[in-house]
Amino acid sequence: MEIGPILRALTRNKLGVVLIALQIAFTMTVMVNAVFIINERSKAMARPSGLDEPNMFYLRSTGFGDQFNSEVTEQDDLDLLRNTPGIIDATPINAIPVSGGGSSTALRLEDDPTLPAIPAAVYYTDDHALNTMDLNLIAGENFTSNDVLYQRTSESRNFGKAVVSQTLAETLFPGEGLNAVGRTFYNGDNPVQIAGIIERLQSPWPNSSFVEQAMIVPLNFISGTSTYLIRTEPGERDRLMVETEETLASNNPNRIIRDLMSMNETREESYRLDSAMATILSVVIVTLVFITSMGIVGLAVFGINRRRKQIGTRRALGATQGEILRYFMLENFFISGVGVTLGAVFTIGFSIMLSSLFESPTMSWYYTPLGMVILILIGQIAVLGPSTRAARIQPAIATRSI
Amino acid sequence: MFFYYLRLSALSYRRNPILSSLMVLAIAIGIGAYMVIFTLNYVMGGNPIPQKSAQLFHLQIDSGNPNTESDPPQQLTYLDATALIEADAAFRETPTSKISGILEPESDDVRPFSIIGRGTSADFFPMFNVPFLYGTPWDTSADRNLQQVAVITKELNERLHGGDDSVGETLRLHGNNFQIVGVLDDWSPVPKFYDVNNNPFDSGEEVFIPWNLITPLEFPRSGNTNCWKAPDPGPEGFLNSECVWVQYWVELRDGDEEADYLQFLNNYAAQQKEFGRLPREMNNALFDVEEWLLKEEVLPNETKILSALAAMLLAVCLLNTIGLLLSKFLGKSAEIGVRQALGAHKGSLFLQHVIEAGFIGLLGGILGLAVAAAGLEGIKVILGDDLMRTDWIQLNPPVVVITLTLAIFATVVAGFYPIWRACNINPAIHLKTQ
Repeated sequence: MEIGPILRALTRNKLGVVLIALQIAFTMTVMVNAVFIINERSKAMARPSGLDEPNMFYLRSTGFGDQFNSEVTEQDDLDLLRNTPGIIDATPINAIPVSGGGSSTALRLEDDPTLPAIPAAVYYTDDHALNTMDLNLIAGENFTSNDVLYQRTSESRNFGKAVVSQTLAETLFPGEGLNAVGRTFYNGDNPVQIAGIIERLQSPWPNSSFVEQAMIVPLNFISGTSTYLIRTEPGERDRLMVETEETLASNNPNRIIRDLMSMNETREESYRLDSAMATILSVVIVTLVFITSMGIVGLAVFGINRRRKQIGTRRALGATQGEILRYFMLENFFISGVGVTLGAVFTIGFSIMLSSLFESPTMSWYYTPLGMVILILIGQIAVLGPSTRAARIQPAIATRSI
Repeated sequence: MFFYYLRLSALSYRRNPILSSLMVLAIAIGIGAYMVIFTLNYVMGGNPIPQKSAQLFHLQIDSGNPNTESDPPQQLTYLDATALIEADAAFRETPTSKISGILEPESDDVRPFSIIGRGTSADFFPMFNVPFLYGTPWDTSADRNLQQVAVITKELNERLHGGDDSVGETLRLHGNNFQIVGVLDDWSPVPKFYDVNNNPFDSGEEVFIPWNLITPLEFPRSGNTNCWKAPDPGPEGFLNSECVWVQYWVELRDGDEEADYLQFLNNYAAQQKEFGRLPREMNNALFDVEEWLLKEEVLPNETKILSALAAMLLAVCLLNTIGLLLSKFLGKSAEIGVRQALGAHKGSLFLQHVIEAGFIGLLGGILGLAVAAAGLEGIKVILGDDLMRTDWIQLNPPVVVITLTLAIFATVVAGFYPIWRACNINPAIHLKTQ
């Protein structure tokens, strides 16, 4: 093996080694951390909201003028929607899951404001919410239409029952599982009984720390604006979105219909920044790998051209093409080795800095070694072309004068 | 001499077109990518009102929950806001809240539509240097007397009145008639510093009305509302509650006024404490525009992370350039040997190669501008135009200047070692081979 000569030759070209090694180290730092960020965001985007999103949409009705009666309008609208063929169910609701806007409250186990509070998203809606969102009730029961209260917006928000997400139940009553049904918690000084537990329901804020803690309560606000969340039969959504908007807009001149949107569009909008970030980072990774490969090729070609005569001499002295090829591949392997070792230090350092600055999760251990292997492979591939050309240098070159 | 060296640089470029183009490309990509992120940071983290940002202050009165360690509320309660308006202790001051409403156009051809507005006071317009196309802000007496007056934006005026002077016309909003007193000229600060709670990068509101009218006319609030304690029942209960939904800005002309106002706030808070309100330890503060944007973390974490990554990308490109320049200059050893043998000083050789490196840097910078422009367009496309305003995502004059300077400077710095090596070539060796 020619490891000794390769290493000694490298010490005579320290700058070349340092240049390539540093490039590889930075490339690895950016690549590994960027891949980690992309993976984290994809994981967040893949979390289910609990809703039958592909078949759902919503719209808002806002009345104006003295002739508008929001209570009557809302009841008429809901009757109409629920009796429309193709619509499975519809519910009035104050906020749309995943949308980024909604209401939250602080819950306690007793009526004592000095106790620590558990945050939860609240959906103010009626007894049709479970069926409309296609939520999976795993314990207890839904509330009935008799439980639903109607209130003007600015009044206090008291409700006696709630259907809570499994995560919220577990956070409120750890270890009780489905037996938490029937237990009481406090919303301010107002006791609330858990009527049922649903498998999953996300809060409206995908980036909040309590994204899985949500509850549905039987309280409906009467204000000028009603938001209707609607679920349709599969395949009927797009047709019904258009038709419902038209019907509602034309059957009452004292209101406008706005914010018509499918749940799929809502999800796309809410996660737009995350997917934009993923796209930008992918472009950065590809660019960086390209530039680093170019750098490796450039310096390899330079190094080979400088040593054409030596290569010829070695060939003349009996070295095979394979041995020449192996020499340059090994040389690159050693340089990359220095690069990825330095890169591992940079990568872990940068990752620790990011997670402490932005309170983001820390990177799993396998990212760094995986990145090291990948970058060594990239280096080997990049140097393969120049090395093959070096191997083809004629032994006769040794005998020619310079 | 400069132009002669420039010509040599061009000749040298043509002798080694692939190597030279590779260098230009590396610099262009590195600088271009860096400038894309720099532009985002420059605008998003910039000062939207540099002329007077140090005189405009956002108030903090800590009316928060005494049982938690949470940060002081970002906004004020109705109780505090009205008390401050009443006291009238600042040079200029304005409460502001985001509202929404249905606008019914006079013409029957246009359907009523939903609109985002802002309740504020007469001082808002001179405080924030808001430009007017027609008319003027309403008078301060309109705030006190609950006059139904409105200022609308240029866009809304286009939509309702075809861009004509609409001062004096009636605007039917949320079931009430308002008299238009002014039409704004183009005004869209980025970030929207006067209200960073409700997405600092979305498009602003289209109509402004006196803040004092929000409650009596029951306008729906469309900004953030936060309550740490449930309000008592009824509309009155809400107004007297500890719910915060009002942002409050004051203009103070110098340090003395600032100290006086803070003193006034402390006195006010002490008095409220005597009434049993503000249970937390006294924590009143004034934040000027830049402090406020920083405190509210208006610059997204994403752009901060991207800045660090882009800086490393630039570093890789420059390391690449060092390597390539080294190859290029050492490849010219024979030519350098001849020049030295003919009597060229080391100094003039040095200058020649600095100019050559600078030349490549300039080409890289120009191409880098194209890369940056394309990158910014790409970001605009992936962000879409329905989530937030993206019209500011473009190259601006300072960024163009910085790009070109940075490209030339970085290339020359990256070239120092290669240049030094090139200037220290022993001419004899290379002359022998000729």
